[in-house]
Amino acid sequence: MSTTTTPLTEAERKQAAQLERVWKEPSGFLGWFKVVHHTTIGKRYMVTAGVFFLLAGLLAGVMRLQLAFPEAHILSPDQYDQVFTMHGTTMMFLFAVPMMFEALSIYFVPLMVGTRNIAFPRLNAYSYYLYVCGGIMLWVAFFCNTGADRGWFAYVPLSGPDYGPGKRPDFWAQMITFTEVSALAVAVETIVTVFRLRAPGMSLNRIPIFVWGQVITSFMVIFGLPGVVLSSTMLLLDRTASTQFFNPAVGGDVLLYQHLFWWFGHPEVYIIFIPGAAIVSTIVTTFSRRHMFGYLIVVLSLVSTGFLAFGLWVHHMFATGIPQIAEAYFTAASMMIAIPTGAQIFCWITTLWSGKIVLRTPLWWVLGFFFTFIMGGMTGIFVASVPVDLQVHDTYFVVAHFHYVLIGGAVFPLFAGFTYWFPKLTGRMLSEVLGQVSFWLFFVGFQITFFPMHLVGLRGMPRRVYTYPSNMGWTHLNQVESAGYILLFLAVCVFLANVIRSKRHGALAGPNPWNAGTLEWATTSPPPSYNFLHLPTVNGREALWDAAPNQPVVTGLDEDTRSFLLTRTLDAEPDGKDEFPEPTAWPFLAAMATTAAFIGSIFTPWGITIGAIPIAITMIGWFWPKREPAERRRSREIWQTE
Amino acid sequence: MADRVEPAVLDVSHLPTVLFGIRSMTWWGIMGMMAIEGTVFLLTIATYFYLHSRSVEWPPHRDPPDLFWGTLNLCIFVLSVIPNEWYRRRARKGDTSAVRIGLVILSLVGILNVIVRGFELRHLNTDWSIDAYGSAVWMLMGLHVTHLLTDLVDTIVLTVLFFMPGLIEGKRFMDASENADYWYFVVASWIPIYLVIYWAPRWLHA
Amino acid sequence: MNLLAAVPGFTGNQTALSPVGPGAAHIEHTFSLIFWITSTVWLLVLTAVVIAVYRRRYTLEQMPPPERTTEASDRFAARAVGVSMGITVLLLFIMLISSFRTGHAIGTMNSEPQPLTIDVYGHQWWWEVRYPNPVPANIVETANEIHVPVGVPVHIHGTSRDVIHSFWAPNIQGKRDLMPGYDTDLMLQVDQPGYWRGQCAEFCGLQHAHMAFYIIAQPKDEFEHWLTAQAQSAPVPSDAQTQHGQQVFLTHGCVLCHTIGGTTAASRVGPDLTHLASRSTIAAGTLPNTTGNLAGWILNAQSIKPGARMPPNQLFGTDLQDLLAYLETLK
Repeated sequence: MSTTTTPLTEAERKQAAQLERVWKEPSGFLGWFKVVHHTTIGKRYMVTAGVFFLLAGLLAGVMRLQLAFPEAHILSPDQYDQVFTMHGTTMMFLFAVPMMFEALSIYFVPLMVGTRNIAFPRLNAYSYYLYVCGGIMLWVAFFCNTGADRGWFAYVPLSGPDYGPGKRPDFWAQMITFTEVSALAVAVETIVTVFRLRAPGMSLNRIPIFVWGQVITSFMVIFGLPGVVLSSTMLLLDRTASTQFFNPAVGGDVLLYQHLFWWFGHPEVYIIFIPGAAIVSTIVTTFSRRHMFGYLIVVLSLVSTGFLAFGLWVHHMFATGIPQIAEAYFTAASMMIAIPTGAQIFCWITTLWSGKIVLRTPLWWVLGFFFTFIMGGMTGIFVASVPVDLQVHDTYFVVAHFHYVLIGGAVFPLFAGFTYWFPKLTGRMLSEVLGQVSFWLFFVGFQITFFPMHLVGLRGMPRRVYTYPSNMGWTHLNQVESAGYILLFLAVCVFLANVIRSKRHGALAGPNPWNAGTLEWATTSPPPSYNFLHLPTVNGREALWDAAPNQPVVTGLDEDTRSFLLTRTLDAEPDGKDEFPEPTAWPFLAAMATTAAFIGSIFTPWGITIGAIPIAITMIGWFWPKREPAERRRSREIWQTE
Repeated sequence: MADRVEPAVLDVSHLPTVLFGIRSMTWWGIMGMMAIEGTVFLLTIATYFYLHSRSVEWPPHRDPPDLFWGTLNLCIFVLSVIPNEWYRRRARKGDTSAVRIGLVILSLVGILNVIVRGFELRHLNTDWSIDAYGSAVWMLMGLHVTHLLTDLVDTIVLTVLFFMPGLIEGKRFMDASENADYWYFVVASWIPIYLVIYWAPRWLHA
Repeated sequence: MNLLAAVPGFTGNQTALSPVGPGAAHIEHTFSLIFWITSTVWLLVLTAVVIAVYRRRYTLEQMPPPERTTEASDRFAARAVGVSMGITVLLLFIMLISSFRTGHAIGTMNSEPQPLTIDVYGHQWWWEVRYPNPVPANIVETANEIHVPVGVPVHIHGTSRDVIHSFWAPNIQGKRDLMPGYDTDLMLQVDQPGYWRGQCAEFCGLQHAHMAFYIIAQPKDEFEHWLTAQAQSAPVPSDAQTQHGQQVFLTHGCVLCHTIGGTTAASRVGPDLTHLASRSTIAAGTLPNTTGNLAGWILNAQSIKPGARMPPNQLFGTDLQDLLAYLETLK
């Protein structure tokens, strides 16, 4: 399974040693706070998001226990409201986006485009610290019985100053601030990495589909996140500073909150799904042993999905009584977005049809994706139609729908991707047997847990209810759903056992165990801190499959600094050189200052005004240049010619 | 690939290391920031007009903000484009003294803007806690003030750096060029916000 | 009074798929169309996936080298994708048209003149129901039960008194959010007599799960009779026990929140109790309206609906019995 590595020559060994010296990541306890390499930060994101996934999954188990018996008293209504809100909030803000977008982007995009680090490495580190601090803040609040309890979207007036006493919605809103800054930073880094740091020869039409997916997601983050930035800031201000954005008595409007939130909220779900679709394209390509059919169609579909996603948001508000013409437009748009998604699906099927299928665990997860996500897409048509939506909105039918598209469209591809890329991250293969077991447990468990939700929703069970009467006919369906959770729980346990065991005892992987085509497989497993011994050039869409017999490598970058190559955006012709920063603790310090300011502002408006000072100081420290590197660079400068 | 062949090479040693505009990393970072903040501004302006559509009287029961201080600031901003563009161009040529002068001027201009902004805030004729109109006006102002202050701090820091010869290198000129771009953002974003805060209530008063 | 026992579990109550009026009936048509089309599409696509994987599966251990694609296979693929896209667009269009037609049908329901208007106000966690009338003496105030005449279009006019709620009786019509600052208008019509359960469908706080209501459709003359009776004040208590019960009511915390027409109790914080005994459930559809349940609710509403706005009430001696006796007269 693994391709043999040709042994290094003497010159190459020297070069590797030199690169190792220059690109060494700091070690030890203090070194942890100075890391700037993307693979390390990427792994931190993966582990952190994984932990939040497990925590939120446990909360789901508690919910299923409470709902397994009508009028149960396992959780009080107050506890249940915190549990279901924390489940949704953690899954959406602390797991789904940080994992599908940030973790995967940070780790894989620089490798797939053939460069040595992600653009703006210190910003990358800063974004991680903010993310983890925001998540910890929210969960500490939860453990102190001040957990968010107004639903993952926290509508006003329920979350506002009049009906949401205490600090619960404040912690929720400020967690959003942490994670939004984090995501926006990574979005800018991703775009710049892909637009400026690609290997020579990787013109736009040779960019891997996975990378396209993350670029498009980045644009969606940039234009979508401001909606929730505003809605959560306005909520915080209404609650702490007596602004009146949402107070109808003095000209405020409760629907303003919903418009701003869903401006973000709809693209958000595509921010979660598009990386999943991009993973599917990657897995289908590798396990069909052929180029993706319809590369242009797939890329254009991803782009148009990204655009269309911004035109759908009012479909979350159909029950508010919007004018008929708006209803008609948003129904049409919500149905039409099925077209580019359908195009991708048909391209995947034709690729499978005409390829040579290797059925391994990653592809099984992709098959599970087809089964599950497509079903979710079908129920999406129901909710896209206004009249039908008015019957299923806010019932378990829609709970079923979004779990089918989110778990089907993101979690299944994530498991596929994780199994596929585990050898690259760790140098070892996951156990195929345990992989199959965890897949089947998860797949069957998922259907048992979530399919009945369609039925119980159609039988009238609304969502976000902590209990239900025994005579509604909902009891048996709820019990089936709760039983299904057990299988999901076991599946995750088996998966974790697989990961833990394989890290120590898995088969050694080598650089390219799947004989795949993209550049992350062109280096050792795991990659060294300088990513590639020789910076590659590229000859086709699948860099390794399409490589020429004597594919050139890049030389001429300074060997004694963290030098990197800039290439032109359209055709990836070499354009310039720059230098990545050395490891530094300033991003950590700045993140601590930011955390203090953000958390402080929950308790007092001076939090931001006074808190801005340490932020300014740490940021100045971050950007302040050092004398010796400045002199060295000055002596070697080559100015661009006009 | 059985034999060990010397791989062909692509030699990039002659490529420039000091790049400006679309060829510089910092430019892309600033553009990303502009896209994000620009969207925030657009959505806030949309919020202002949305709240207006849900109101009968606008502004409710009071005068719109006094024109003088806001228009004064607008004039200062617009005039500042001249030194800004001048030093931005000189930065691309590596002209240290021109950049020093330009940065000092822009620092002083920024301080002047902040002082005038203080007067503006006192003459908005509304508080943020009275009603949604007041909240929307102060939100728009608050967003712009944040950028004004951030840019001022950036400019002052860069000015100091340019008076420390040991730290001056190509990168500093790239930073100076991008600092000028950020100032353009502060100026350009003020124009629509100024029109919304000061003129929209006068034009919509019908 | 225990009509809740007569409303069976799953014989179609509170379900969108058992319509008893034109609103829900129109929606059910579109629902069925979408169901059949999407199920078929899903099955076909999955079949294609399974066949694709099965027929070309490769069983050796090693990953085979990547394939070169042929022009012929690419042309076939292009045609397959093209045809599938065409069918997709066509089917989407069909479902879109159906959705528009249903929306239009419901919209025209809304624009017909309606003989009867009912105001509904959402509260945490109960429904205030009001039958407006130009003659003030004929205005009816009740809670959690909405009587309507069968076969007659009814205009529901609603808003919320606190947070966002959603008025939803699936057998009859799609839901509509009740929001502070917004007046909402919804048309419904019930063509079959009976008790049709609805429930709040927008998370509104601690007792969102226990905020149900009933739409009770009656033949027109029965409805008129009910409406006239509801407009009357409460009867004067005739015997010692019920008189004492009324005294208990008027001297305890009850008067801080509840109205009983014809007495001095006129607070509008909680539901109007003038005709409490005529209602089949209490606590917004949570419990059947029996003496025992009412006793438990009065003594400690928090044990039934924790977080409800009604505090526990300490009643000693015969106070509780007498109060209950009095409340039973409020038909």
